[in-house]
Amino acid sequence: MKEQHPNRAIVMEVSNLEKSFGSNKVLDDFNLKLYKGENLVVMGKSGSGKSVMVKCLVGLLEADDGLITIRDKNITSLSQESLDILRTEIGFLFQGSALYDSMTVRENLEFPLRRHKERLDITESNQELVAEALENVGLAHAIDLMPSELSGGMKRRVALARALILKPSIIIYDEPTTGLDPITAKEIIALMNTIQETYGTSALIITHDIDCARVVADRVILLIDGKNYIEGTFQELAGSTDPQVRAFFK
Amino acid sequence: MTVLENTKKVLTEIGDMTLFAKRYFKSVFTRPFEWDELLRQCYLVGNKSLLLVGVTGFILGLVFTLQSRPTLAEFGAVSWMPSMVSISIVREIGPVITALVCAGKIGSGMGAEIGSMRVTEQIDAMEVSGTNPFKYLVVTRITATTLMLPLLIIFGDAVALLGSAIVEYLKGGVSFLLYFNKVFDAIIFNDVLPATAKSFFFGFVIGLVGCYKGYHCKKGTAGVGQASNSAVVYASMLLFVVDFIAVFISDIFFEI
Repeated sequence: MKEQHPNRAIVMEVSNLEKSFGSNKVLDDFNLKLYKGENLVVMGKSGSGKSVMVKCLVGLLEADDGLITIRDKNITSLSQESLDILRTEIGFLFQGSALYDSMTVRENLEFPLRRHKERLDITESNQELVAEALENVGLAHAIDLMPSELSGGMKRRVALARALILKPSIIIYDEPTTGLDPITAKEIIALMNTIQETYGTSALIITHDIDCARVVADRVILLIDGKNYIEGTFQELAGSTDPQVRAFFK
Repeated sequence: MTVLENTKKVLTEIGDMTLFAKRYFKSVFTRPFEWDELLRQCYLVGNKSLLLVGVTGFILGLVFTLQSRPTLAEFGAVSWMPSMVSISIVREIGPVITALVCAGKIGSGMGAEIGSMRVTEQIDAMEVSGTNPFKYLVVTRITATTLMLPLLIIFGDAVALLGSAIVEYLKGGVSFLLYFNKVFDAIIFNDVLPATAKSFFFGFVIGLVGCYKGYHCKKGTAGVGQASNSAVVYASMLLFVVDFIAVFISDIFFEI
């Protein structure tokens, strides 16, 4: 585990983020800093605003207020084109994998390449990149399968390979182990650590899976009612005497 | 739900759909162009609908001629059959029936496909990978239906006339050569142009409604079914509205 207060560059910063749906305030003055090479876990109950928060981070939802800075760029003021370019530096693993079900595994992985490969100055061929990404998640044999032919765990791995294909510096995992059996969940968790070691990525992990947080987290933020309730290492939070934190970590 | 609420809902939907159409026109002429996906959609919309449009057109021609024959025979006007059938089919029945069939097949398919992509976060995945999903999914599909529907309608008209010719050959001993000679004598430019022009609008409406319903699909499988179903209902209604406007304008410019 890395030191808790690293003297490393901040790759993502969120300040005073607010988001409401009608009268329902989902995020209320939420803040986070993600350091280079760090695994930051955001935990919270269902409906605590975790998914809304990550959707605001990548511009899928517009925040009502607050500042979101990714690699020194304020995403709320970027043009659509600049935002699309910035998005290529972020890999996103969706909770339901979100594989394009009319495309094969190969086509799913090639999809992000067709628009950005030249701009990112990637010299390898699509074939090499796809083979490498699938190799990294242990699914080289599934290259010509359709998503409907894959198990839940395989879909998650393919989605992870797709998130990595443009070699992003930040990866956002939205509930990476939800809906998986314990063994597959452990495999995905191990894969997340391997990816960080191999690519040196910074990761923001949204989860309510305690086991996942225990293994991967350098720091944990507990989100309650859209606010940062407490922040620290997993051990610090697990040993907290605060009733709300204890209720969550019990 | 009160009448007032219903009216408000319908007007809001029309407003949203108009904004969706505006976004389409803003996007269709700006880079990047998704040529490969456009061609794929043209193939799916055009080629994959040929059988359905062909069978529908053929039966339409057969039934229309069989039903009209006794009435015309009563007035001793059976020789007018090719002219009457061809003008009716080319001007009105062919385009409307083909468009309605395509609204059922293409519109509902687009509503369900894009809707399920929305529900399973595939559209979000496309967006975060730096691809504009509106351009990739919506612009290509609306453009494909706009371009393909006129071709499908021409094909459907031709097959319907073939069906009619077969009935005339079997019932009245009219040769195919004579039948089609009479057809081409009867049809003039003013019949073909308005019918072809309105078929582009029919295609646009089918694509627009299908994509709009799918793109704004509510969460859950029920939402996908609803998107697919309402795509057909709205598209069918709008087709008649467009047809009325097209006939009204044609009447002014072409004196039909």
